[in-house]
Amino acid sequence: MLIDWFTVGAQVVNFLILVWLLKRFLYGPILAAMDAREQRIAQELADAATGKAEAQKERAEFRHKNEQFDAQRATLLTRATEEAAAERQKLLDQAGKDADALSAQRKESLSKEARAIHMSLRRRTQDEVFAIARQTLTDLASASLERRICEVFLQRVCELEGEAKIKLTEALQSCSEPAMVRSTMDLPADLRAAIQNTLNETFSADIPLLFETAPHLVGGIELTRHGQRVAWDMADYLTSLDRSISHLLGLKDPSGEATEPEPPQSQTRSTIT
Amino acid sequence: MRLSPDEIILWQQGPLKLNATIAFTWALMVALAVGSQLITRRLTSEHHRSRWQNLLEIIVTGIARQIEEIGLSNPRSYLGFLGTLFLFVASASLCTVLPGFEPPTGSLSTTAALALCVFVAVPLFGIQDQGLRGYLKSYITPTVIMLPFNIISELSRTLALAVRLFGNMMSGAMILAILVTITPFIFPIVMTALGLLTGMVQAYIFSILAAVYIAAATNTRQPRPDNGTPL
Repeated sequence: MLIDWFTVGAQVVNFLILVWLLKRFLYGPILAAMDAREQRIAQELADAATGKAEAQKERAEFRHKNEQFDAQRATLLTRATEEAAAERQKLLDQAGKDADALSAQRKESLSKEARAIHMSLRRRTQDEVFAIARQTLTDLASASLERRICEVFLQRVCELEGEAKIKLTEALQSCSEPAMVRSTMDLPADLRAAIQNTLNETFSADIPLLFETAPHLVGGIELTRHGQRVAWDMADYLTSLDRSISHLLGLKDPSGEATEPEPPQSQTRSTIT
Repeated sequence: MRLSPDEIILWQQGPLKLNATIAFTWALMVALAVGSQLITRRLTSEHHRSRWQNLLEIIVTGIARQIEEIGLSNPRSYLGFLGTLFLFVASASLCTVLPGFEPPTGSLSTTAALALCVFVAVPLFGIQDQGLRGYLKSYITPTVIMLPFNIISELSRTLALAVRLFGNMMSGAMILAILVTITPFIFPIVMTALGLLTGMVQAYIFSILAAVYIAAATNTRQPRPDNGTPL
């Protein structure tokens, strides 16, 4: 018979033992290892998902911060630009003011310098004119300038008439104080005596005189008393020269009016006020 | 002519005897158990693992997937029984390439023992799954008239399992022996390769049929998860 029942029983037992052996050494360990790996992969996937979620959260946070930073930067940049523009305008205004001040200061300085030069030139011209006149008179007429001035002055006094002479006479006789005779140069004694005699004769009184040297008089001599004055000097000549020079230099008159050259007067003028 | 390795008696003491069937079965058992133990003692759950571990994982997961495709929703419960059936029959067929090896499955005693195991395991799994009453009720469903037919079906399919495997394995070994006698070159090699193929097919058929029987005893009366109607 093909079936041996002892063998059948033995094979049943053998098969059951084999089932146990394979469960013990094959299926159990393999399935446990696979389960562990699957669990590990699942854990890694969960960790990755968690990390991804955190990364997305941080990304969103960083994006939000970046947007805030951009907005803040734009605001700061705008503010800085506006402040820079304002500062620039302020500096430009200040620079304009400073430039104007410097220009005015320079103008003033130039004006002062021109006036100083003008005064110096005037003084120098006066001296030169004196010297030339003195030398001319000495060489041509054998007369000194001072003496000639005195003669002209005394001639003016003698030629006084009318209301001017009356007022001057009243002024000279109304007070016991001496009348003031000012001259550019120091008058010698003979000229002083001549002036004293001429005045005494002209006004018919003994007029006390006080001689004084006055450098401000431009080459002249004056008699003043209580606001009355009779004088002769070269101021008019010099004024005319001054105007010509100022016009030549393009300067303004110290009085502020444009100077126009005037022809020098051909004769001396006396002023009685 | 020798039809079964049962006829090769290696040792006998009264009713106890050790024939070639039992001896080669033990050899297969030792090879399978020791091989599995050697491979699985250094298992790792890391991503990088050995080729042998990969091989065993492929085999185990392949068997489990086949069981699941049959309709058994929890393949791990049946993996020990059905997987061992497949591995035993398949390894017996593969070892026919070894000179002098007599496949234990070429013995009707062995195939009958395996069929008996299936015959016992089917109701056990059925009772485990739906209880004794539910399992017995399946024999009289839909009517009591079906009871004798069901019993005959159980017996006949057990017999069919045993004879089918025995016939295929025995015929393969016998044809190979005849061809070796007639033409000792070329043809035996071709037939050996063909025997390997038929052996693997028989192992697959035996395991799949056992799985189908178990599935019929367990899952057939479970409602479908999608519409809840019984199968």
